[in-house]
Amino acid sequence: MKIDWAALGTVFGVSLSATVALVTLFVLGIVGLSKHEAATSRGGTATLARSGAYACFAVCAAAVAYGIYLIVA
Amino acid sequence: MEHITLLLGIVIVTALVFDFTNGFHDTANAMATTISTGALKPKTAVAMSAVLNLVGAFMSVEVAKTISKGLVNEEGIQPEVIYAALVGAILWNLLTWLVGLPSSSSHALMGGLVGAAVASAGIGAVNGSVVVTKVLIPAVAAPIVAGVASMLAARVTYKLGARVDDKTSAKGYKAGQIASAGLVSLAHGTNDAQKTMGIITLALVAGGALAPGSNPPVWVIVSAGLAIALGTYLGGWRIIRTMGKGLTDLQPQQGFAAQTSAASVILASSTLGFSLSTTHACSGAVMGAGLGRKGGVVRWSTATRMFVAWGLTLPAAALVGAGAEYVMRTGTVGIAAVTVFLVGSCLAIWLISRRQVVDHHNVNETGADEAPGVVTTAMAAVTVPPAGTTAAVADEHLKATIPAPAHTPGETPAAAAPAV
Repeated sequence: MKIDWAALGTVFGVSLSATVALVTLFVLGIVGLSKHEAATSRGGTATLARSGAYACFAVCAAAVAYGIYLIVA
Repeated sequence: MEHITLLLGIVIVTALVFDFTNGFHDTANAMATTISTGALKPKTAVAMSAVLNLVGAFMSVEVAKTISKGLVNEEGIQPEVIYAALVGAILWNLLTWLVGLPSSSSHALMGGLVGAAVASAGIGAVNGSVVVTKVLIPAVAAPIVAGVASMLAARVTYKLGARVDDKTSAKGYKAGQIASAGLVSLAHGTNDAQKTMGIITLALVAGGALAPGSNPPVWVIVSAGLAIALGTYLGGWRIIRTMGKGLTDLQPQQGFAAQTSAASVILASSTLGFSLSTTHACSGAVMGAGLGRKGGVVRWSTATRMFVAWGLTLPAAALVGAGAEYVMRTGTVGIAAVTVFLVGSCLAIWLISRRQVVDHHNVNETGADEAPGVVTTAMAAVTVPPAGTTAAVADEHLKATIPAPAHTPGETPAAAAPAV
């Protein structure tokens, strides 16, 4: 019997890092948006927070697109 | 020839029925957390999942023959063997749906195939080490991998997102959950609809209607896609309730963490060549998310019942598959008997399910007062090792569900009849 521990380990590592990285990015995006909204409600702007948030969401969207690519390919 | 054609027809219809049960059994994987956290309305969620399943069924041209490949010797496989396997898989899917437990449809199908192959060609027909590497190890690894990832992810959301205002976070997590649930649905359509296409193609080849090595005909792809989408749309609300509410109480952050982890695990495992069960990954992710919140609890009694069901999936489906194959050896009468038994059991399970209807109206209510009775009696009865013949297996399975409360006299004969 041959158990492919290397493949299992890779799956574990990749899933774990992908999940944590994506969730971290996404939450950072939400934090940025929240800061921006808090700033606008006080009449100011938080451009950096907003662009940072959009960058985070863009990476997440790219990850979803890559996921779809993986499913199709 | 006439006889083979009729049998082939029955096998194809049964395969589509299995595809349908697969659809509604696995809606929970993609949509349970989305529904329980309120990111999508129940009906919207299942409709979206159904559409993505249908799209997924058409997206890949690669035929998934993984079910049969390697596990049993493909040479000389008869349509009867495939039929027996499907009978075992469908009954196990319906029974676990009745008690509201998520379990792997693929394992049920593999179990049915293993049982039927052993009954037909002896124990040598099954590759034991493949059973361990393709079934047992993934079954243990999937929930651990997904659970750890989801637990860490949930911690991250609470740590980093602690000071975010509610409106922004509600909107954000809603979008995130929908995206990851969509990915899971799409992957499910590609994987599981393909499995049914593979099975039907295998049956057509075995029955001599297709040349060996053919691609699935277009009508097979279309009907398999439609069957899984319809099943998904009708929704296995009982399982959705268990996964979304029964295992743990999920907040949107946790739902998002769980769904993202499930999607990553499914995609990583199918891409990197260590196939893990979607159901096991999703259940593990939900439990991990439950543990990832401070003060979050996992209801281990429900989790234990689920683990027991996972452990029983392969042997139970194998027993029914073997019994069905054994009976069918008597010829046409046997095939008719198995068909009557299958239809009767499905009807009986459906009638029993009508006693406590779970649908999109009450999917998010926890049925703590009613669920344990049915579940406990059923699991207890199922655990009793059934005797060898189909009739006895049938009896055990039906007994499992008959002692539920509110004994209606009209239903008992209907349930008992097919066992004769």
